[in-house]
Amino acid sequence: MATADWNPLGDVYYRNVELYQMEWNGLIDLNHFMIAAAPYGGPVVLMKDEKKAGRVVTNVKPVISVYNAAGKLLSQHRWNSGTVVHLGWSNTEELLCIQDNGVILVYDIALNFKRTFGMGTEAKDVKILDWKIFSSFQGTGIAVMTTSFRIYIVNNVDDPRVRKLAEVPDLNSVPSSWTILNLDRQCRALVAKNSQLFLIDQGGQYEEQFPKLSSPVTAFIEMAVSFNNKMLSLFTDTGVIWIGSSDLKEVHCEFNTKAARRPQQLSWYVIFKHLYKLYSLYIPKPIVRYNFDSFVYLVQEEDGLRIIGNEVHQFLQKVPNVTEQIFKIGSMEPGAMLYEASKEFSRRSQKADEYIRMIKDKLDVAVDQCILAAGHEFEPSKQKSLLRAASFGKCFLTEYRPEAFVDMCQMLRVLNQVRQYSVGIPLTYTQLGHLSVPVLIDRLVLRKLFCLAIRICHYLKIPDAEGASRILAHWACYKVQQKHEDEEQLARAISQKLIDAPGVSFSEIASQALEQGRKQLAIKLLDYESKASEQVPLLLKMDQNNAALSKAVDSGDTDLVYTVLLTMKEKISNMGEFFMAIRQMPVAYSLYIQYCRQQNPKVVEDLYYQEDNFLAEGNCKVIRSFSEDIFEDRVRKLEAAINCYQKAKMEFAAKQTEDQIKLLKLQRKLEDETNKPYLDLSIQDTMYRLTQNGNHKLAEQIRKDFKVPDKRFWLMRMSALAESGDWMELEKFSKTKKPPVGMEAFVNICMKYNNRSEAMKYLSRVLPDQKVQALLNIGNAKEAADAAFEMRSEEGLGLVLTKAINSNNKQLVESVKDMMNRVNTKK
Amino acid sequence: MATSGSSHLSSGKINLGVLRDHYRRELVECIDRCTGTKALVWDDALTGPFGLVAEYSLLKDHEVEKMFPLGPKTLQPSNVQNIIFLTRPKLKLMELIAQNLLNEDQKGTLRTEFHLIFVPRKSLLCEKKLKEMGVYGTFTSVDEFSLELVPFDNDLLSMEMDTTFRECYLENDFTSMFYVAQSIMTLQALYGIIPYINGKGDCAKQVVEMMRRMKGELGGREPQITPQIDNLLIIDRNVDLLTPLLSQLTYEGLIDETFGLNNTSVKLPAEKFVPKNQKSDEPLEPKKFVLNSSDELYADLRDKNFNAVGSIVSRKAKAITAEFDERHQAKTVGEMKQFVTKLPHLQKARESLATHTSIAELVKEATNSEDFMDTLRCQQDFVNGLDTDKVHPYIEECIAKKHPITKILRLICIQSYCNDGMKPKILEYYKREIIQTYGFEHMLTLMNLERTGLLRPSSTRTYAIIRKSLRLIVEDVHEQNPTDIAYVYSGYAPLSVRLAQHLARPGWRSITEVLNLLPGPKIEEIQQIPVALRKRRNSMTSSHSSTGDQKVTLVFFLGGVTYAEIAALRFLAQQDDGGTDYLIATTKIINGNSFIELLKEKVDTVKLNPF
Repeated sequence: MATADWNPLGDVYYRNVELYQMEWNGLIDLNHFMIAAAPYGGPVVLMKDEKKAGRVVTNVKPVISVYNAAGKLLSQHRWNSGTVVHLGWSNTEELLCIQDNGVILVYDIALNFKRTFGMGTEAKDVKILDWKIFSSFQGTGIAVMTTSFRIYIVNNVDDPRVRKLAEVPDLNSVPSSWTILNLDRQCRALVAKNSQLFLIDQGGQYEEQFPKLSSPVTAFIEMAVSFNNKMLSLFTDTGVIWIGSSDLKEVHCEFNTKAARRPQQLSWYVIFKHLYKLYSLYIPKPIVRYNFDSFVYLVQEEDGLRIIGNEVHQFLQKVPNVTEQIFKIGSMEPGAMLYEASKEFSRRSQKADEYIRMIKDKLDVAVDQCILAAGHEFEPSKQKSLLRAASFGKCFLTEYRPEAFVDMCQMLRVLNQVRQYSVGIPLTYTQLGHLSVPVLIDRLVLRKLFCLAIRICHYLKIPDAEGASRILAHWACYKVQQKHEDEEQLARAISQKLIDAPGVSFSEIASQALEQGRKQLAIKLLDYESKASEQVPLLLKMDQNNAALSKAVDSGDTDLVYTVLLTMKEKISNMGEFFMAIRQMPVAYSLYIQYCRQQNPKVVEDLYYQEDNFLAEGNCKVIRSFSEDIFEDRVRKLEAAINCYQKAKMEFAAKQTEDQIKLLKLQRKLEDETNKPYLDLSIQDTMYRLTQNGNHKLAEQIRKDFKVPDKRFWLMRMSALAESGDWMELEKFSKTKKPPVGMEAFVNICMKYNNRSEAMKYLSRVLPDQKVQALLNIGNAKEAADAAFEMRSEEGLGLVLTKAINSNNKQLVESVKDMMNRVNTKK
Repeated sequence: MATSGSSHLSSGKINLGVLRDHYRRELVECIDRCTGTKALVWDDALTGPFGLVAEYSLLKDHEVEKMFPLGPKTLQPSNVQNIIFLTRPKLKLMELIAQNLLNEDQKGTLRTEFHLIFVPRKSLLCEKKLKEMGVYGTFTSVDEFSLELVPFDNDLLSMEMDTTFRECYLENDFTSMFYVAQSIMTLQALYGIIPYINGKGDCAKQVVEMMRRMKGELGGREPQITPQIDNLLIIDRNVDLLTPLLSQLTYEGLIDETFGLNNTSVKLPAEKFVPKNQKSDEPLEPKKFVLNSSDELYADLRDKNFNAVGSIVSRKAKAITAEFDERHQAKTVGEMKQFVTKLPHLQKARESLATHTSIAELVKEATNSEDFMDTLRCQQDFVNGLDTDKVHPYIEECIAKKHPITKILRLICIQSYCNDGMKPKILEYYKREIIQTYGFEHMLTLMNLERTGLLRPSSTRTYAIIRKSLRLIVEDVHEQNPTDIAYVYSGYAPLSVRLAQHLARPGWRSITEVLNLLPGPKIEEIQQIPVALRKRRNSMTSSHSSTGDQKVTLVFFLGGVTYAEIAALRFLAQQDDGGTDYLIATTKIINGNSFIELLKEKVDTVKLNPF
């Protein structure tokens, strides 16, 4: 019978499912141990409690052991610190060991020490009296009460910042009970001073609370907060249990257990434990009582209560609604009918059809119910029969989306895997929904169940970058910690497995190896890292400068190259050595030059000198010469440059620089003599200015000295004369023998300075083939047309025509066109 | 900051609005990280690109109250809670920022928080510089905003990094290639992995290698998007040094050559645009125009040969007049109403027509000059392989007349390219002429040109072969109704675009020999796309005809691209048989002048002390 283990409680049922037969059965008596188990099917930690064992307290340090939920030993460790008063787990499955001096030691599941922190000096000095581990908004928190009854709190064990809570007025003795409440995103403590209740917060405020209670109270002796922080239960010295909302404003029920003794453990899910008896309460009528014949430990889960005993590990929960709907005797719910139908179908009975017909309209609901109910079952056989029913029902539906069914099958498969004894994570479907698959995979990784984790990732088709690769990286980190393995082999093994996995951060593994002091291994591993931005800093950290530099250069990321260069420069005090190191990398070298060029040009010059790059050195010198404002200095710089150019066999540059010095000297002399500015002019401009100033002789001299071509000299001179309006001289110049330029150039230069009459003077001497253009330049288009016509030059006429069109002279356009026709026909 | 709509960005084959939105989101995220009112202090070079991504109203919505340019002086007083510096990672700018902050310190303004945002990336050197100057601690936060490819138009992206070519080929600093690779990764994140990659040139190889690395670093977390871009072609400017030196002859190219287009806007003398009756004697501030495809007429004109512009403008004018005249024929109320609804559009068209008529006139003035024609003639001679082996009289004359040096250098570089280098004697003659005329400091510039290979001594003859096999010279170009890309330079087809054209059809295998003659390695790479993400192609038979099957190629020009090249690619995309749509990205839009300007060695001459 499916309902055999159900216990009715009012109109709901409770069921108690056996999860595991404990592996520690016969080896351990929980009564003698300090125990703590993590929620979500987490691990169990045990530590022998000398006092409970009733033995003589010895100096032998106790052994601390971690088991999985099936009682399989995971790790053991001899305690070697102070006196542990309490054990607990954080939400990331880290073991928290609270010592009597308020120091908390954090271990991982394999009992590797991770970190430690204290709860303040007061706790250290006067020792602590009581403690609470609770889940806060930021993670897992810890609160301790010192022997002077002050409460200190840490909201998040990953980021321990100790805060003191407000003091309860006139508290001179141990408070009868207290707990931590999580209200409005802040953690506060609820402290009972006998019958008075105080809410104290981190800002130094306190507030007295008055929950509605019908029976008189002398003291609240126990409190418990529900898993979701919304409900609170109080237990009084008169055996009354009060249940209400955690802000104490609403009351759900009050019930007298008639048990006057303080319960050993008050736990939510409305259950409390009294000696070996377990009371289960339900609003409004509490009824059920479970009896155990030995000590049990309760672990609160969001949808039930795990009961860990010496022999078995059970799960007590309220029967989920769907399960009840399907299996409750006489249920007429669609799901129940479908389940029946499926059973009949497998028996080849025609009743199957009858059942289906009965629920024809609600078949989709029925399928949903069966799928959901399967999720709440622990037995694979039950899961299967429910899923079979769902699948059977699905056959009759045409438009039913298959996702829910497929999803459930996948999740159940995963759940069944992790529930196995060897894994020992008894998660329920509801819990998995809350915990999420990625977190579950993290937990498997924590337990070093890499293979299972990867298989689950593959099975659920989680992208490699988020699933398998990450797990492999963890595996590799774990591997490098195993010092007995050969480095060479290890590096090969790791790379083989990880090289094809996308998104693996080799630098993380390498830094893990480095932490373990395995530098060579780290270097080998780092070679596989694809992200240069992570690889390079680590290489630098390990003093692998050259490797870092070459990796940075390969990446093309200039900033990274500079990171290496500047670090190297700081590390290597000898500049020469530094240059030698970077010279092998041309890219890095030129980047360094680029950097120096902006920071310190002198260094650049030295660099070029060092590598015998005379041309570049010479260029630097030339550039720097321009910033010298003292004549002699500039000349000296240029002379040095000539030296460089000669060494570089750059005769042309050397010659030009020589000429420049010559020119500078000449200009200086000129300035002295004429008191006019000449310095920094080009040769051409110097001659120009000289001509304008009428110093033709000297201009001629320069022309000879610097071998200025005739044509350029002529054009320069014409232009200079025209600009200064020396038309006489211009005409004289035009008559010197064999001008290298045509007379049209004279026409043009006159026109440039708008002197038409002067221009006319040269017109007659213009050669016939240039005549048309010259006339056009003067602006005499009509004559130009005639001239072109006379020469029968089609090209000339074309020129005039374009000009005429551009200047919009319609009359001329017509006549030129006419001329063109005539020229054409005459041919 | 110019405000501009962005609807035109979404009209292309690849919706670049998505990219713009991506940047806007990131920018807002960056700015919102500091709470309260804000003032932005801009690195001047960033205002242009930012204007194309985020308009002032967007910033205003995020509590930006004031904006100042970053200058050497103290900050203007403002009572905002946060002052945010937006800057490129350049050491010079760090000095300015530090000065600003130190001045602020003296004033003792309290309660203001300072923030620094690097665009596109944080730089260790800059942070170090700030630390050295003792102001790094003043910043509450130091952040980065990776504005990489700024959408200029629906098919055009530019990174607006002007010194790329110089850094790569003169200074051996490939930082910008890293940014390029990152920007392509961003594009792939938004538009899917690009399956086929081709490239030519050293820088192209670098970029592809970095992309491979970055892909590795992603570690399988690649975007799960069906690829929208089919091919990536990376062309290193070094592969085609000739094209940018030539005078562009498209409308847009000429506007850029004569007036300079900056972040899609141009400043023109205002006199041309003032209605005749309002003329005043006062000199006017230059007027600014934003030119992009949101202006229908401009979209039509920009890529045309300038000789075809006149006829289009007049045709358009007639069409608009005709449409306006429709109102006389409108008899019924319904017809009238229909006309009125068209009115705003018509008015806008008329306005744009007036603007472009004026701009075209301005450009015409420049192109009609004898000088322009002579220069063009000289260039055409060179690309045709005429007179390249001797000192060209026109260049000689220009030097003697002391024409702008940039123009001279452009011409000489063209000659050098078309002659596969120059005889040492000729090269030396030119060099001496330049140094004697323009001054000694230009010797360094000339050395730079030689280092980059723009000027070089003669080597093996390749240009003639390249010209012939890639058909760079097209004799009968139709400027009005072009049939070949050569129309953009009136007879010369840009080499770079020919490479793109051959890649699309029939493939590079057919021109292996020419490719080997061009500098730098050739890259061919395939990035695997998961089967599920592959484009579903129609069966082979139907794929030829349907235009929906047109492939998209992203052409990335490293080191700059000219408007004429862009026009040529657009022309290819419009061809019926092209089968390829082009998305163009570049580090910077350049022209011959800006390209040469970049390679000049800038020397600050200190005046000599007369004593």
